[in-house]
Amino acid sequence: MMVPVSWYLTLAAALFVVGTVGALTRRNGIGIFLSIEVMLNAANLTLVAYARQLDQRTGQLLVFFVIAVAAAEAAVGLALFIAVFRQRRTIDVNRINLMRW
Amino acid sequence: MTSDLAITLVKYAVMFLIFLNVAPIMNWVERRACAYIQDRPGPNRVGPFGLFQPLADVAKFMFKEDITPAAADTVLYLMAPAIALLPAFTTFIVIPFGPDIATAGRTIRLIVADVDTGVLLFLAIASLSVYSLVMAGYASNNKFSLLGSIRASAQLISYELALTLSVLAVLLPVGSFRLGDVVAYQQSHLWNVLPQILGFLVFLVAAFAETNRLPFDLPEAESELIAGFHTEYGSMRFALFFMAEYTNMAALSALGVTLYFGGWSLPGITYPHTLLGGVLGLLTLVAKIAVCMGIFVWVRWTFPRFRYDQLMRLGWKVLLPLSILNLVLVAALTVGGVL
Amino acid sequence: MEKLTFFVFAGLALGSAIVVVVHRSPVYATLSLVLTLFSTAVLFVLLGAPFLGALQVLVYAGAIVVLFLFVIMLLNIQSEESAHGAGAQRWVALLGAVILFGMLGLGFWRGGFASVGPLTAESVSLKALAEELFSRYLLPFEIVGLLLLVAVIGATVAARRPGEDDEKSSDVPFEASPPGPLSVTGEGERFQGGTSS
Repeated sequence: MMVPVSWYLTLAAALFVVGTVGALTRRNGIGIFLSIEVMLNAANLTLVAYARQLDQRTGQLLVFFVIAVAAAEAAVGLALFIAVFRQRRTIDVNRINLMRW
Repeated sequence: MTSDLAITLVKYAVMFLIFLNVAPIMNWVERRACAYIQDRPGPNRVGPFGLFQPLADVAKFMFKEDITPAAADTVLYLMAPAIALLPAFTTFIVIPFGPDIATAGRTIRLIVADVDTGVLLFLAIASLSVYSLVMAGYASNNKFSLLGSIRASAQLISYELALTLSVLAVLLPVGSFRLGDVVAYQQSHLWNVLPQILGFLVFLVAAFAETNRLPFDLPEAESELIAGFHTEYGSMRFALFFMAEYTNMAALSALGVTLYFGGWSLPGITYPHTLLGGVLGLLTLVAKIAVCMGIFVWVRWTFPRFRYDQLMRLGWKVLLPLSILNLVLVAALTVGGVL
Repeated sequence: MEKLTFFVFAGLALGSAIVVVVHRSPVYATLSLVLTLFSTAVLFVLLGAPFLGALQVLVYAGAIVVLFLFVIMLLNIQSEESAHGAGAQRWVALLGAVILFGMLGLGFWRGGFASVGPLTAESVSLKALAEELFSRYLLPFEIVGLLLLVAVIGATVAARRPGEDDEKSSDVPFEASPPGPLSVTGEGERFQGGTSS
């Protein structure tokens, strides 16, 4: 009748893996960023699932902080993208390679 | 459980039918009121006092040619008007519209979704209405649409902050997110508009900005941007945007009236906990919403439009500090035991 | 009923996450992210965290992703010919993903799970959450507030045009600024028309 918590954890693991594949293979900088957001989302789901399993609120509060930190990270990351775009005219991460050896 | 579901569906149907009729009624009211303010007759040919004008408009919308621009992004272009309607017809589920009804051994609360996170749900769903603007502007493949949609989305997310903070200030003395509790609080104390007049003014201005109504309608201004984000939309799709805007206005009015003016209750009068009481409560709420919508129309035809940079300056440099100040004041008063 | 909701929204979340990762157009990927976030919010509600669900939609899907869309439209980021790197990179990533999934699964399932009781009104109570947030976690809360302030300042400084006067650009949005580096190759041309306030 009730959904076992392990199903939620499996879904979260799958989401995390999907996000990782995206972060590793996408060429577009924004695409990498979006994949990272998917990974953060999967982590949030894991935290809430464990909060349910262990009947503690710590997991939910941690998600609260993760969402706030993700917002800060998105703002700064996008500002950096804009700055990079101004200099390099592209967001293709294969071409932003000035500091590669 | 099925009877619970049936009751919820009936409640949703009642609210849905009311909000469905907002658009045609407001169409007529807007045009007649605008004409009155501008000292001219307004539509008066189609039926007495032009009352059937909305029907004529609907017929016009249905028979107009339906064009999709060739270079438009078809999926997003077609989805945008539908996505505009979804938040409009979902946000009102947390608005209470009458006293609890005690029938057949159970108490029915006259609110479609009686959740713990009432107002937060309203704000969350309302914040999704930005996407219809973004999709419409981007998919139209038109400079004016894109500019209009960028401006509109920037405006919406800026004023969302002031709106949320003023709503939060109302919730502080009540101690709960539920709108039913807010109405109950106002039945035993003064209407919230009196102790929180600053918050109410911030909410009013932010509501104008959130619904893209004058004086904040630069994103869809005819003289500035052709028609902004809905330039490329004709006939029925434009009608859907139109309808979504009016329904959003009504939903936000319903929220404002519930938070600041007592919602479905009148001071000093106890509504009976029967179906009659429910109907009376609904009528009171609708009357208050009608007054609020009248104010929306009145302001539209009275004030000139804000320029975009003035608009952003107002949102960030004036309203946000004012709403934070209001929050701090209300918090101080609540802790001090006054509110 | 709960299982049906779970399957529908889990499928939606996974499907839209795959679209985020695979789709060539950044705008479509961002809109799929909105769908992923919304589905996850519903799953939060199923897991007894309705406040977090509403918060996720309000903050994450309603503001952060709009920021993404702004930047995409502002910089006029086009669809790519191919969203992913060369062949070898793709297969290595997939292999790594499968291994990662196995490792995560091992970690999750090895312990076994006691069955959980049904959700009570007390366990989803917002009041208890708030009390814990503002008593035990007050310091992290204040630090996060400070972090957000730092992020706002940092983002404003990082995205500013180099060498422009502070007064001129402080309260004028992007597209109303005079022609600058963004317009040199015509990629920013879209935003040059019509606004000179």
